[in-house]
Amino acid sequence: MTLLEVKDLNVSFPSADGVVRAVRGVSFDVEPGQTLGVVGESGSGKTVLTQTLLGLTPGAEVSGTAEFEGIDLLSLSDDEMRHVRGERISVIFQDPLTSLHPLYKIGWQVGEMIRAHDKSVSKKDVLKMVGIPKPESRVNDYPHQFSGGMRQRAMIAMALALEPKLIIADEPTTALDATVQAQILDLLLRLQQDLGTALIMITHDLGVIADIADEVMVMYAGRAAEKAPKRDIFYAAHHPYTKGLLESIPSSKAAGGRLKPIPGSPPSLINLPSGCKFHPRCGYVFDKCLTDEPVLHPVAESGLHTSACWLPANAAGMSAEAEKLREQVVAAERGQEAAEVAASAFAQLGVSAPDAGGESATETTSDNEGSVA
Amino acid sequence: MATGERNTTRADTVPDDQVLVRVENVVKHFPVKAGGFVKHTVGQVHAVDDVSLIIERGKTLGLVGETGSGKSTLARCVAGLIPVTSGKVTLSGTEITKLSRRAMRPLRREVQMIFQDPYSSLNPRRRVGAIIGDPFSIHKTATGNERKRQVQELMERVGLNPEHFNRFPSEFSGGQRQRIGVARALALRPKLIIADEPVSALDVSIQAQILNLLGDLQSEFGLTYLFIAHDLEVVRHVSDKVAVMYLGRVGEAAPAEELYDRPRHPYTVALLSAAPAADPDSVLARQRIILTGDVPSPIDPPAGCRFHPRCPKAQEICGRVEPPLVPDNAPGADDVTGPAADAVPGGWAHVTACHFPVVPGEELASAGTAKGELV
Repeated sequence: MTLLEVKDLNVSFPSADGVVRAVRGVSFDVEPGQTLGVVGESGSGKTVLTQTLLGLTPGAEVSGTAEFEGIDLLSLSDDEMRHVRGERISVIFQDPLTSLHPLYKIGWQVGEMIRAHDKSVSKKDVLKMVGIPKPESRVNDYPHQFSGGMRQRAMIAMALALEPKLIIADEPTTALDATVQAQILDLLLRLQQDLGTALIMITHDLGVIADIADEVMVMYAGRAAEKAPKRDIFYAAHHPYTKGLLESIPSSKAAGGRLKPIPGSPPSLINLPSGCKFHPRCGYVFDKCLTDEPVLHPVAESGLHTSACWLPANAAGMSAEAEKLREQVVAAERGQEAAEVAASAFAQLGVSAPDAGGESATETTSDNEGSVA
Repeated sequence: MATGERNTTRADTVPDDQVLVRVENVVKHFPVKAGGFVKHTVGQVHAVDDVSLIIERGKTLGLVGETGSGKSTLARCVAGLIPVTSGKVTLSGTEITKLSRRAMRPLRREVQMIFQDPYSSLNPRRRVGAIIGDPFSIHKTATGNERKRQVQELMERVGLNPEHFNRFPSEFSGGQRQRIGVARALALRPKLIIADEPVSALDVSIQAQILNLLGDLQSEFGLTYLFIAHDLEVVRHVSDKVAVMYLGRVGEAAPAEELYDRPRHPYTVALLSAAPAADPDSVLARQRIILTGDVPSPIDPPAGCRFHPRCPKAQEICGRVEPPLVPDNAPGADDVTGPAADAVPGGWAHVTACHFPVVPGEELASAGTAKGELV
């Protein structure tokens, strides 16, 4: 049975400058024991999305449903929510230093969670479970006496103390060094397996996603751009935004050469572009993209791989055929207006937009050669 | 590609006139004070301990390390922003560590910095034109309309709209702000740019824009970079040589491809294995080495090799004797190892400070890798 089923979630915040449309029509499921990776850049709505589920976005206008074990989280009163939060769904935040109270002992803070929910769990056992050495004495330490990694372990201890069914981890390793990040991810994976907990991992780091997720949802401007099992996202990306993200990461394959960044920057959530919200930065923009916003639809036979892009379903992946197919569509469908949009976006990067025909292909190759030499 | 590169770079010492920066045995300690009204020193933070390196003209030296490894402190010593405790920093043949503030001033034009956080490193109450124009006023190289013209030229070069001259930093996005930081650093046509985590606050798509910009500027102006980052893939992408720091010391250094292909120091191996790659299949294929514990305090660094308490290969000698930074003498290493005189980080030699360096192909299995046995 599906553990969490979110349908058509919309979240907006009224502000002095206009309505901030943080999340627009997002739907997803989380199965028990599975990990959903939510990836996106700053302002893509990934944090608001999950905080709304837990009632942590006061002042927001929310619509849609989020069924968790048969109850709609969005219709719960504050009191009812308090019984869900911490006990059945818990959160791990990014910055363990600001999430812990500096004036209370670690033991007290971990214990607070247990006390609030009337459970007979030993806080020492919990600290031991997350690998904090000598928990008997460390419970009497203050947060400043813990290192960054140890603080994050304490946060994980609090999140896991009541053995929730679902953990939401919001960039849990972003503030940590690589070797400590590896420890924490390893710990999360191990505990998740032991306890059978489901996990929503929110991150901007595709490396973390590659490591930990079963399914991935890529968000852009408040909407799911692409949703698929992990391998499909990395090896058969359909949405040009996903593809762009993957290509902008420096990797051993392209060491020393030029990277392929996405031009421009994410749009303001107050003043969203028309049509597909990614079109002003997209190399494959054509006329339909300027006016009609695509929704998630299956792009593979399995039905599990969905993408919100007007490109045909078989134009997925990084292969040469897929690229050729994309170029053909663009050549056939791109009119004057779309051509101008693409040209202005790519002018800033000092490269030409992907275009139909052999002309651009030769240009890209000569560009590569130039930078390698 | 790595083999091809090895053949071309096989060689040799970096000739003296090719060295822009020479850091010799630099030590930087910060006193730790305690007490109420009367402060007294109770200890020293060993931020940088006896580090030597060279930075070749027109090349990029990448400096990698975790929090507290001393990479930013070392960068500030090289920029002459903080005095060294001992040791020498030489810039184009001039020893800057000896100079007075006044004598240092003209040399400051040659070294500029780009900082990590484009939000806090720009004064929010000053207009972008004024921020980028500051270097011209301070060094009295251009005034009035000439200054404005030069600022706008810079803005255009780094991909900003020159008409936005009168805007405030808050009107720009993160990536654009970092472009402002780059323009400011570039204003006086420096020889050396020290970039301290220049892209770690940016989203990946924007990060790639800035990395490309830095690359273009390097070839256009013949810049030399000291590039500091904790992201190993970013460092690999931009660097010619890479030095890995741990607790104030250089543990290993080599030409970039060499270091990533054949890491010798157990810390480098662990660091490389810990960095998550955006490639699920390689994650499955790779043996991840989970180091136990955290980086120890630099106030009281471990005796002997500083990495030994976390090292999967540590033996008794590691806790007593500090290993020297010596050229790689493993089989097959002759390809890249130049004469011993060049065995300094930033040179062409592969140098490692380890009693028991990792042999290529060796599995670094250990207590540290056993899952579920986190201390």
